[in-house]
Amino acid sequence: MAVEAARLALRSAPPGTSPQALYVSTTSPPYLDKTNATAVHAALGLDPSTVAADLNGSVRSAVAALGLALDSAGGPVLVVASDVRTGLAGGADERDGGDGAVAFLVGPEASGLPVLAEPMAAASTTAEFLDRWRTPGQIASRVWEERFGEHAYVPLAEAAFTHALKDAGITADEIDVLVVTGTHSRAARRFLAVSGVRRDAVAPDLTPSVGNAGAAHPGLALADALDRAAPGQVVALVTLADGADVRVFRATDVVAGYAPASTVAEQIRSGRPGLSYAAFLTWRGQLVREPPRRPDPEAPAAPPSFRSEAWKLGFTGSRCTSCGTRHLPPNRVCVNCRVVDQMVPERLADVPATVATFTVDRLAYSLSPPVVAAVVDFDGGGRFRCELTDVDPEAVAIGDRVEMSFRRLYTAGGVHNYFWKARPVRAGRDEREERG
Amino acid sequence: MASNGIRDRVAIVGMGCTPFGEHWDKGADTLLIDAATDAFGSAGVSVDDIDAFWLGTYGSGISGLTLSRPLKLDYKPVSRLENMCATGSEAFRNACYAVASGAYDMAMAIGVEKLKDSGFSGLVSTRPVDDGTAASLTAPALFSLLSPAYAHKYGVDQAELKDVFTRIAWKNHHNGARNPRAQFRKEVAKEDIACSPIVAGPLGIFDCSGVSDGSAAAVVVRAEDAHRYCDNPLYVKALSFAAGPAAGPIDPGYDYTTFEEVVRSAADAYTQAGITDPRAEIAMAEVHDCFTPTELVLMEDLGFAERGSAWKEVLAGTFDLDGELAVNPDGGLKSFGHPIGASGLRMLFECWLQLRGEAPADRRVASLDRGRTLGLTHNLGGSPGECVSFVSVVGSQPSA
Repeated sequence: MAVEAARLALRSAPPGTSPQALYVSTTSPPYLDKTNATAVHAALGLDPSTVAADLNGSVRSAVAALGLALDSAGGPVLVVASDVRTGLAGGADERDGGDGAVAFLVGPEASGLPVLAEPMAAASTTAEFLDRWRTPGQIASRVWEERFGEHAYVPLAEAAFTHALKDAGITADEIDVLVVTGTHSRAARRFLAVSGVRRDAVAPDLTPSVGNAGAAHPGLALADALDRAAPGQVVALVTLADGADVRVFRATDVVAGYAPASTVAEQIRSGRPGLSYAAFLTWRGQLVREPPRRPDPEAPAAPPSFRSEAWKLGFTGSRCTSCGTRHLPPNRVCVNCRVVDQMVPERLADVPATVATFTVDRLAYSLSPPVVAAVVDFDGGGRFRCELTDVDPEAVAIGDRVEMSFRRLYTAGGVHNYFWKARPVRAGRDEREERG
Repeated sequence: MASNGIRDRVAIVGMGCTPFGEHWDKGADTLLIDAATDAFGSAGVSVDDIDAFWLGTYGSGISGLTLSRPLKLDYKPVSRLENMCATGSEAFRNACYAVASGAYDMAMAIGVEKLKDSGFSGLVSTRPVDDGTAASLTAPALFSLLSPAYAHKYGVDQAELKDVFTRIAWKNHHNGARNPRAQFRKEVAKEDIACSPIVAGPLGIFDCSGVSDGSAAAVVVRAEDAHRYCDNPLYVKALSFAAGPAAGPIDPGYDYTTFEEVVRSAADAYTQAGITDPRAEIAMAEVHDCFTPTELVLMEDLGFAERGSAWKEVLAGTFDLDGELAVNPDGGLKSFGHPIGASGLRMLFECWLQLRGEAPADRRVASLDRGRTLGLTHNLGGSPGECVSFVSVVGSQPSA
């Protein structure tokens, strides 16, 4: 999800935009000890000189990552927050949580990027108390009695909010869009009521459609607000997580003509209903299902994965400079003209493709059986055989349009096997263009 | 010239073939001893008469010791080969060349596979560790990629194509029901085939070859020596092998309705054997019916049917026992399962029986009565777009 969000952010930016740093935040890191942002870095095909680091562990980490980027003087920073929200089966967190990711490209005007929103002010309050917490390795968080969190959070939010307004030199009724998020929805609602902003300034709440996306939620709500913002509007983001963080922005004239690769609303609309509860639990590792009578999947080995980083994670093939033929994965000998070592790398992660033939494999191992697979031909050349995802097995047909998506194929031997699958072209700029 | 061939220079003078099936009480060692002993007896020779051995096995053992240990061979050369599903045929090809070269007077090609001990469904391959990017589709899924592509290209309705697949499975089970060595020795009704549980794409269980254990062996000598061992040897007319560039999965030019490797190896084999019209000249063909769509496409690739017409020929019964060109008269992989190292030699064994008039009357191919004397065997290893292909032609008569 982090990769998907970051790809959309980069595709929404001017071509060639190259971040100088990448921060990734989550409360559900795939690895500890090992940095997770490096996989995102590789999947985006970023330059090796771009530093990639995790700011993990809590919802507040994600807000802090955005703040660090906003407060840094350097070139563009890609800030990604991505979260898988877990909870015990049948519990409130399972019901109210939602997985999601969001990415921001943050940089000074001097970086040459079109600025959608300028920071006006920021303020924070910090406190240590037990409202929501989880010990490492647990899938479910613990929460204290709901009214206690409200009691602790609301004064913290009020204090930070007041401070930020003062810094910005505005009053509450001058705020055009107020986004309040956090780990405690009752406290967030209570703060909204006492914040003093205009009723019509309260941003639509994403939790009914998305659920609370944890570390990703503050950014998700802010992105949605900026998708809708008019030039000159003042947008404030208040996050209640172990204190309160307030960021106030002013939307620039750029938002008027801004066409993101996909808006938050478009993505919510393009969601596919029908995910079975059994599949949901299986993906979360909460339900162990009977495997097929086949060998267990094997963990990818480190040295071959290292050698093929640009391919495996970056979906970078090669193109023959002699005849132009594309190769996926990269080959040394051209399949068409047979010249040797006349290849240049070519990334096809963002090139749409067409299904040439397909099948549904009901015997192969998958976290999400049955495996739907297709041979796909990329626009402008190149072919690859891969799994299809987010697709109805009964509806696949030759000629279907697909796009590549970065996925975890499976986890074996403690190794997450990340690679690319194809999925039907989703709602967004590409689909708008395909429809003409 | 692509290959010079060794037409009529080598002959098969004895063969052995175990029953194929679930040999819970036999290991690969035992199966090898059974097949080798049968072949020695068939040729009227002893183990000491064989100068060199070629053992084909995909994964039931490594090195020549896999054969020399159970047979207690006394310091003879044994090569162990693997070439995916063409492994057994590859053992035969190399043994023939060894004899043709004059390096040895008598050689044995023997293949074995013990699949049932793994407990897995379908075939399992052992791959070197990798980066985890290869789509780990099963064999039926890979071959089922042929189905929508064929239907799309030739405008055949998917339901009609499913009938064609069913007809292929029905025919092969019909033949296998008449073969005591087959794993499945019962006819299967078309409606049962058509309604069998789906494995991949349109393929049901009955569109897939089974999983079995088995072994088969052949004794080969130079053709001029053949009559010292056998009154009616089989002459090797052609041996061809093609390993493709595995370009199908990366080249949009490949349309998943053909195996170019088969087209090339068949053309080479026909040139070696002097065949110009395979459909009219060959008495019987044992082809690699790992899945029913494979057999459909092979009919076109081997030159038995025009492009885009094999589905009609299948429905018309062209490849039935009493058809113009019987295909898989022994029941094929469909009835025998596919113990990988043994399959190619099992196909030759059916040529051995049919062309020499030893096949039982209820599965004797009709074209023999029209004076045809040639048999073809074909193996395919890999999957559409990335495979190896073997074609042999053998005959009961030396060329005039």
